[in-house]
Amino acid sequence: MLQSKVDDKSFDNKMKLKFLNKSQNEGFARISVAAFVATLDPTLEELTEIRTAVSEAVSNCIIHAYKEDEKGIIQVECWTDEDRNVIISVTDEGVGIENIEKAKEPLFTSKSDEERSGMGFTVMESFMDRLEVESVKGEGTRVTMIKKLDIVYEL
Amino acid sequence: MHVSFEITDEILIASLDGELDHHTAAQIREEIDKKIDNFHCKHLIFNFKKVSFMDSSGIGVVMGRYNKMKELGGRVMVSGCSSYIDRILNMSGIYTIAPKYNNVNEALKVVKNKVNEKVNTEGVQ
Repeated sequence: MLQSKVDDKSFDNKMKLKFLNKSQNEGFARISVAAFVATLDPTLEELTEIRTAVSEAVSNCIIHAYKEDEKGIIQVECWTDEDRNVIISVTDEGVGIENIEKAKEPLFTSKSDEERSGMGFTVMESFMDRLEVESVKGEGTRVTMIKKLDIVYEL
Repeated sequence: MHVSFEITDEILIASLDGELDHHTAAQIREEIDKKIDNFHCKHLIFNFKKVSFMDSSGIGVVMGRYNKMKELGGRVMVSGCSSYIDRILNMSGIYTIAPKYNNVNEALKVVKNKVNEKVNTEGVQ
């Protein structure tokens, strides 16, 4: 599995999930991440954005990386710190992305016959502050997303 | 995710309830297509009012139904979108082919007017 470049020591809190490549786990993944991030008291909008981005990343593993092969393993990690930074990384050991730039283009899909919209990366990019994709053909893909939550002002 | 249906004058209204993702999209797609075929519907109105979560799989579902209804010579409309669902659908530019209305009744009024217009002009000829 591709190694994370995130240094655990610079974060207050971390969680890691590993689950089988089954589409019913999409809901599990996004709800788990949302529950973990909820301790930072994000706005409802921020939480929805995070849930959606996680759902997109996990769907990509299921549909593209493992081609619906349910034996694959998906790993979701999430880090948070006192400055309200949230880092989420979704890693698979699937086929890898041949052309990352092409895959990120809005409306580009290799699965148009399966009614995929080609908007997955676009949704992740617009709902999170930063998106990084690393991929090695035949080894897997790691998507890392960063979001800084708004500061809560106490009255 | 659950879908309930209403049919009026060849117009199918599909009201979605729950979370729409890649996992639930397959089942939703199948149920809607079956209703369209069985009841010979020509137009389709999506009602997203009770959708609590949606990712880009929702865009795919609307796109796919648009292709199907186009073949049947009909239209697809979407209604009842929250600002969050609106943001996702709008991102893809889907409204240019499947226009958005505030609610089902508004969409219904528009599609019924179009059907009547067509009947009238065809009647004149």
